[in-house]
Amino acid sequence: MDYFIQQLINGLTLGGLYALIALGYTMVYGVIQLINFAHGEFFAAGGYMGVILLSFFAGLGYIDTHPFLCIGASILLTMAYCAFLAMGVERVAYKPLRRASRLAALVSALGMSIFLSNGLMLTQGVFDKAYPSELIQGGFEVGTVIVSYLQLVIMGLTILLLVGLNILVFKTRVGMAMRATAQDKIMSSLVAISSNRIIAMTFAIGAGLAACAGIMVGFYYGSVRYDMGFVPGIKAFAAAVLGGIGNITGAMLGGLIIGMVEIFGAAYISGQYKDVFAFIILISVLYFKPTGIMGENVDDTRV
Amino acid sequence: MIHEFKKVLKTYAIGMLWLLGLLWPLMGIHPDGTLTFVNAFKVWLGILGVTFCGLLLYVANKSGSLNVITRPLLDTREKINIASSKVPFWVWWLIVLAVALAFPNFTTRYAQDIAIQVLIYICLGLGLNIVIGLAGMLDLGYIAFYGVGAYTYALLSVNYGISFWMSLPIAATTAAIAGCIIGYPTLRMRGDYLAIVTLGFGEIVRLILNNWMTLTNGPNGILGIKAPAIYLPIFEGGLSFEYFYLKKLYYLYYVALALAIFTIIAVHRLIYSRIGRAWESIREDETAAELMGVNTFLLKLLAYAMGAVFAGLAGAFFAARMRFVSPESFTFLESAMVLCMVVLGGMGSIPGIILGVGALIILPEIFREFELYRMLAVGLAMVVMMVFKPAGLIPAKRVGTRSEEKEG
Repeated sequence: MDYFIQQLINGLTLGGLYALIALGYTMVYGVIQLINFAHGEFFAAGGYMGVILLSFFAGLGYIDTHPFLCIGASILLTMAYCAFLAMGVERVAYKPLRRASRLAALVSALGMSIFLSNGLMLTQGVFDKAYPSELIQGGFEVGTVIVSYLQLVIMGLTILLLVGLNILVFKTRVGMAMRATAQDKIMSSLVAISSNRIIAMTFAIGAGLAACAGIMVGFYYGSVRYDMGFVPGIKAFAAAVLGGIGNITGAMLGGLIIGMVEIFGAAYISGQYKDVFAFIILISVLYFKPTGIMGENVDDTRV
Repeated sequence: MIHEFKKVLKTYAIGMLWLLGLLWPLMGIHPDGTLTFVNAFKVWLGILGVTFCGLLLYVANKSGSLNVITRPLLDTREKINIASSKVPFWVWWLIVLAVALAFPNFTTRYAQDIAIQVLIYICLGLGLNIVIGLAGMLDLGYIAFYGVGAYTYALLSVNYGISFWMSLPIAATTAAIAGCIIGYPTLRMRGDYLAIVTLGFGEIVRLILNNWMTLTNGPNGILGIKAPAIYLPIFEGGLSFEYFYLKKLYYLYYVALALAIFTIIAVHRLIYSRIGRAWESIREDETAAELMGVNTFLLKLLAYAMGAVFAGLAGAFFAARMRFVSPESFTFLESAMVLCMVVLGGMGSIPGIILGVGALIILPEIFREFELYRMLAVGLAMVVMMVFKPAGLIPAKRVGTRSEEKEG
């Protein structure tokens, strides 16, 4: 039973991270009905930017005196960086193709993803980059279940971001404009909502969340790699589909479920095939219920 | 010219500043707490110089200032076209074939090796072309079928000693079956979902190859695969046959050439057949095609299986040529490479894809010192092609003629 609870906590941590990445997919899909293949790369870029900034602060010596300030500043700067990156990527690879065929947009997105991950490799090297994991150390035990402070920090930050996003999307004027654009671009532009600006903003927000997930994954696993965006990207996409693509609450739920399934699958079925479980869920969801758990009816052009 | 230039200059300037903003933090922030600007600026200035020249050329060409140069070029091209169209088509084919046949006699081992790679990728590219170019389905797990073909021959050869020629149809069949297995659940989806599910399937196949130790020997791969062999007739003292292994690249080149020619002819025949037209109708509008009585599901499955067949053939040859297979050869990046070849050359166009394959295999060989930038260029090429020239370098011609073209 303790083993089960331990895995449950691990699953929740991982699931929260997947949820953060999945939100980017689902929000972008909501506004332009396109899978942003480069989203995994925003996540990887976030991981790298985080370690660059953290080691920079460490080099300056601030990290020993104000550790939490440094981590907070790193996270914020990284989120800004990735948002900036995503807006540019959108302008270069997606905006010119808004009226082109879907195949063209997909190929362009895929090309962008390859370009970004190789750009990271060229500037940062092919080897793993170690994270200063010793910054958030320790944990406490309940019986034999170990909960590390890092896991608590990750869960807390995830919840904070998710709540913040919900407030942004459902309570503010910007969020209302976003939802309006997702529903009907022409109609919303008639009421003076600049759909280009909203789309760019959606990319930026999604990338910011992914960047934050990238930093936390770096802390959690202790290192980052230039191609680390690929597999989590697909898994987060599976989460977005599972929750019903285009649906924000669904993506959060889907992320948690995918994280749990992966951890429990690895713990009870097979550790070698842990990456396969997410794919199997993705394929069965698409086969049996393409609208996902919380998705509304999806018309033909979307599926 | 100045006017046109002013229009794009602002966008360009913003874009380059944006690039600088992205590049500098990656290159200029160091773990020892120092900031440097020189390195990032050097790289940025290099990019700036190259893209600015490109921009100048682009604008000049658009506004017609380059007419002095381009007009004669276009004229000569037109003349060459007219002159070449007087010679029957089959003559060109014969010339190409003769060059291809004579090729290994004049070249070194190195060139033969590259040529074999080109031929393998022609098979792969044309196979993927059926799925993407004709049927319009984005398949990102295509390399899995290549892997299935390669492992089929590897296992048959190592475990049962079955010859290459026997294994070739078996590899094609297993790849086709794999295609059907993967295709059956995924073909209900369209567009982006299909892309990501095939991506997932490709990864699953790779993971299975990597982890099923008893069958595939996992990441260590399979060694000791036999090269293709033929019975060589010997006329000394009556007729007898010698079992002769085609181990030299010189011989393997001809096997690859035969495979590539087979693929080209088969794909050509498929494009101009009833099935090919049905595929194109599915690509253009699936609902309309279904309405006109095209069995879309069956044909999509067929497109998938046919694409897999060619990948399976290429895979079996790859295993025979390397005499070693490991899961590392069948990663997602390989799929992306093949996809880029198809996209660069022109989806649906056979000469285009051959050009695309040639460009992506031969250019990196020429620019060896830029090997690291290869995938970067591949990704960039995909974006640039889609934005500026989505039909590819040699766009596919329409099958048949439309009524209005005939009249005019």
